[in-house]
Amino acid sequence: MSETSPAIRLTDLHFSYGKGPKILDVPSLEVKAGEKVFLFGPSGSGKTTLLGVLAGVLGGYSGRVEVLGRDIAKLSGSQRDAFRGSHLGYIFQLFNLIPYLSVMENITLPCRLSAERRGRLNGVSLEQAAHGVAKRLGIDELLTKRVTNLSVGQQQRVAAARSLLGAPELIIADEPTSSLDYDHRERFLELLFESCKAAGATLLFVSHDRSLMHLFDRQLSLPAINKAGT
Amino acid sequence: MLVLSLAYQSLKNRVLTTTLTVISIGLSIALLIGVENVRVGARESFANTISQTDLIVGARGGSLQLLLYSVFRIGAATNNITYQTYEHWKNHPAVAWTIPYSLGDSHRGFRVVGTDENFYTHYRYRRDRSITFESGRLPQDVFEVALGSDVARTLGYKTGDKVVITHGVATAAGRGILDHGDKPFTVSGVLKKTATPVDRSLYIQLEGISAVHIDWTDGAPPMPGEEVPAAKITKQTMKIDQITSFLLRSKSRIDTLRLQREISTYSEEPLQAIIPGLTLQELWRTIGYAEDALTVVTFFVIIVGLLGMLVSLYTSLNERRREMAILRAIGAGPVKIISLLVLESFLLSIAGCVLGVALVYVLSVTFQPIVEQHFGLYVPIQAPTMTGWIYLGAVAVAGLLIGFIPAWKAYRNTLSDGLSVRL
Repeated sequence: MSETSPAIRLTDLHFSYGKGPKILDVPSLEVKAGEKVFLFGPSGSGKTTLLGVLAGVLGGYSGRVEVLGRDIAKLSGSQRDAFRGSHLGYIFQLFNLIPYLSVMENITLPCRLSAERRGRLNGVSLEQAAHGVAKRLGIDELLTKRVTNLSVGQQQRVAAARSLLGAPELIIADEPTSSLDYDHRERFLELLFESCKAAGATLLFVSHDRSLMHLFDRQLSLPAINKAGT
Repeated sequence: MLVLSLAYQSLKNRVLTTTLTVISIGLSIALLIGVENVRVGARESFANTISQTDLIVGARGGSLQLLLYSVFRIGAATNNITYQTYEHWKNHPAVAWTIPYSLGDSHRGFRVVGTDENFYTHYRYRRDRSITFESGRLPQDVFEVALGSDVARTLGYKTGDKVVITHGVATAAGRGILDHGDKPFTVSGVLKKTATPVDRSLYIQLEGISAVHIDWTDGAPPMPGEEVPAAKITKQTMKIDQITSFLLRSKSRIDTLRLQREISTYSEEPLQAIIPGLTLQELWRTIGYAEDALTVVTFFVIIVGLLGMLVSLYTSLNERRREMAILRAIGAGPVKIISLLVLESFLLSIAGCVLGVALVYVLSVTFQPIVEQHFGLYVPIQAPTMTGWIYLGAVAVAGLLIGFIPAWKAYRNTLSDGLSVRL
């Protein structure tokens, strides 16, 4: 990917589940590399579906979807999986972690799945790198704990650490703060911004909580760009 | 390796269902291997009801019949053989030893066997076990009798008791009309349990058989006044005219077939000689269909065990949809998702196999002596047989294949769920 190419570029995206109603109809969307974008919209406006398309998990759309300069429709299924594993960090709203793995194992899992992502650790061992990210997010004391013993706020920080480790270029966060209280929300976002900045990553942050939108570089209303359902 | 470690940790996390599933498969494996061992044990025990006897010789007739009356004390001989003939073969240069049997009388449903000292010296069962005494000694006088352990136990006899034998074979209930009541026998000893048909007979000397029939003519008891009193009979005065059959051990195994042919073509008297091992096998084939039924039943048990595993994996999928979505989101492809679930199923069945085999060993070591003593069944403690390994392999492979069902379902789930699982 060249320096100037956008992190995300959508052109004439149309998507529906099977033969169901059209969920997405986005004529155009562009997110610059390194940008922190706040994407909002009410429930059912197609936020998570859009993220699924961007992550290459949902196929069967028409139009052009370029992520990090790559037309993901041209990638095979396994190439898409590998691409997602090595270039994307994903944070869910809730239940982000594999319940049977320790904090450390959860954080390192994407790097263990993707050799390319592991290769971006710059010679630092996986454990050391994980420790570094965890320290920045204030969860380095929890590394050996079972994830089921953590508070929701701690779990979300573990998820953030996992999405950041191995310097993926694009972080997609699907309402990661909705289960946190106000203080934790602010703190979590600060840490997330700091880490994205340090890694030079683009952040696509999805939420319906508009009180957070002023913290971002750009705010996008999905209903405004999505013609489906209007 | 990563998927293997994920599969392992995922199973460990669901410790209760994992344990129950492994136990259920383990129990079915234990049953399968156990039944296989019992089957081998039963066949072995049956084939070794009589050991080290190369030939059983009797009057010409059915070979199975000869085996049945000589070894299992079932049925009766159609003809006897003369004592001269017996002595001829007894003294044959290729013959190591012989054990004569004279059958035909009984006592309360148990057969009476006339034999000689060779029975106590040479008779072998279960490869190399010989006849030993629980109490007393072998019969030395004409009117002494040694009891098989079942006889002594069932009838409550002990050394020194008097026993009256019955002419012909009567059932336990219908006491023979024609008792040899004038010539009672004294119990000289009780044999140790062998868990073979040996336990179900009474043993007297060949001369004893002659003695009770000395005053009989043409199978009829003596007319009053013509009886020969027991007191007048001694071993030396008894003449043995005929016996029913005899067991024979040749000096070298190579001689056995030659000897068998020689006996079968003996011109003085129509005889037949059978190799007990072969005839036992023939008999086993006839009655052994029960073991197939047993195997079929255990296969159903295995199927139920594996279905249990399928159900537990399949039902766990719904609560694991979130986990699958996370795995997908961080770059795990369908192949990884499918291999994770297939591996889990495979690990469960392997663990079940290991548990099952361990269980069989523990149970065998614990109960082998008890089973052997009570049922005469020697269940070998050994590494799984070839058949056993095939069963284990088949279960492991079945576990692997069954894993594809939940794996496919999980894969379909991840396709439809994408990254959103609303729980």
